[in-house]
Amino acid sequence: MSPPLLDIQDLQVDFHTPEGIARAVDGVSLAVLKGETVGLVGESGCGKSVTSLAILGLIPSPPGKISAGRTLFEDRNLLAIGPQALRRLRGKEISMIFQEPMTSLNPVLPIGRQVAEPLMVHRNLPRSAAMEQAADYLERVKIPSARKRLNDYPHQLSGGMRQRVMIAMAMICGPKLLIADEPTTALDVTIQAQILSLMMALKEESRMSMLLITHDLGVVAQTADRVLVMYAGEVVEAAPVTDLFDHPFHPYTQGLLRSMPRLGGHDRGRRLKEIPGTVPPSTETLVGCKFADRCPDAFDRCRKEKPEPAGIDRDHWARCWLFEFPKKRGVHG
Amino acid sequence: MKRFFSNLNFTVGFTMSLVVVLAAVLSLVWTPFDADKMNAKNRLQGPSWTHPLGTDQYGRDTLSRVMTGAVSSIIVGLVTVAIGLSLGVLLGLASAYFGKFVDEVIMRISDLLFGFPAVLTAILITSILGPSMINAMLAIGIFYIPVFARLTRAVAMTLWEREFITAARAGGVGEWTITWRHVLPNILSPLLIQGTVQFAVAILAEASLSYLGLGTQPPTASWGRMLNEAQTFMSRAPWMAIFPGLAIAWAVLGFNLLGDGLRDTLDPKMVRMR
Repeated sequence: MSPPLLDIQDLQVDFHTPEGIARAVDGVSLAVLKGETVGLVGESGCGKSVTSLAILGLIPSPPGKISAGRTLFEDRNLLAIGPQALRRLRGKEISMIFQEPMTSLNPVLPIGRQVAEPLMVHRNLPRSAAMEQAADYLERVKIPSARKRLNDYPHQLSGGMRQRVMIAMAMICGPKLLIADEPTTALDVTIQAQILSLMMALKEESRMSMLLITHDLGVVAQTADRVLVMYAGEVVEAAPVTDLFDHPFHPYTQGLLRSMPRLGGHDRGRRLKEIPGTVPPSTETLVGCKFADRCPDAFDRCRKEKPEPAGIDRDHWARCWLFEFPKKRGVHG
Repeated sequence: MKRFFSNLNFTVGFTMSLVVVLAAVLSLVWTPFDADKMNAKNRLQGPSWTHPLGTDQYGRDTLSRVMTGAVSSIIVGLVTVAIGLSLGVLLGLASAYFGKFVDEVIMRISDLLFGFPAVLTAILITSILGPSMINAMLAIGIFYIPVFARLTRAVAMTLWEREFITAARAGGVGEWTITWRHVLPNILSPLLIQGTVQFAVAILAEASLSYLGLGTQPPTASWGRMLNEAQTFMSRAPWMAIFPGLAIAWAVLGFNLLGDGLRDTLDPKMVRMR
């Protein structure tokens, strides 16, 4: 097997706040293979976005600090190559799409100019040539009469169109890895589907890898090859996408699946089950499993000792003591 | 454009300012009489068909001098705002970008400058450097630096937190380019608004300094200077004071309304909503 394109090992990100050190990302390891789509799911505030920003070295510092870990991209350690080398990598080899297409575009620059910017920065193209390619790319992301719209400002475009512009901006240099941070969350459901299929089509064409960050399991089910579930800064379960939906192991994953509405099936008309409680504040240092307080299956050991990742098979593992007592395994539904 | 002219403040302010600018431009090529030409026969004449605004103690035509005075006022407005804008924006951007120590130093110096009464200090500066239009512009301009620096810093600081800046960074754009291409263009409209208002304030400040004899020097026509000269003849030739005074009020009001109108239409909040 070829080595992964992106290999994050034991990444740890701290934020120094007046309330103390908040560990937003606590020993996350994840790998993205060439051409693979990896989904990173979890509730708000569980460290998904911080993880993605850490890969690109975009953690605001201070207060943030990457305190441990390695992020290998091909054979380079992104945490060690320095800000200039990292800047040259961003937008060229690793790109990112953000959640809010409303706020992720500069309100006072024409969209053509913004799509052309990475080309001018990374390829040193003169403005006219860059604008020409930007027009071509806007056509590829299916913006109607793209050439006429080059000089439009973001406020003249709908949310879906703006997200297409963001995608064009992120992909125009042909990156090897695209990090998409909730790319469809702010969009209407119908537009969501269009944007997702556009992203997947572009990904297939360019054989790029993708790290898809979302809280929407539906999006993950449609697009990802593998899924990692994050909770309170840790990866609690990792599995190929079908395995995760068919046999979720970690009680948190099960909770997430139960709280997701589904069409048809036997549970029609049933109330959705939420996971009680909220993610613990990251300033607290917890002994034992971080999910114990909200876990329906928690027992004594969960509150005393921290579970280590344990595998069901080679690709599917979870961080849960229940693994040692398979009988207690909750029923998913 | 329609958006601007549907605003009453803007329309009135724009029209009034335009009159001032046109009068100044016209005076460069044509005035009813030579503004500096003395004519003892015609001294202290009241408004008439030949001299619509009367004449002064040397028989110079007041209309011609008011028109020429507009040139001094506009030059002072432009130069002082240019001094304040260029240095203020640079310092404000630096303050917002570097933060910490740099920010602290720049902002404390700004506070210090704000603490001085501006006109008094301008008087101090002009009396040290000697009275002249250039020194008056320097004195006023220096006080504009912190005004623009604070404004730039405040807006830039919120901009650096915006998502599109992170998006630009994620695209590999350098910090310098982000500052010029993404931060600065987003500050332009508040700067334009502030600049217009400061322009009006500068006209008033120049008039004050010239009135005290510290600004524009004779024989160059200046509204403040004309008021000063009119003082002695207040009862005999009140038009000598009334018309330059009206000119000052007109110009200051015009540019202030223009600034207000710009604020109404370019309100930073509305820019943010786009």
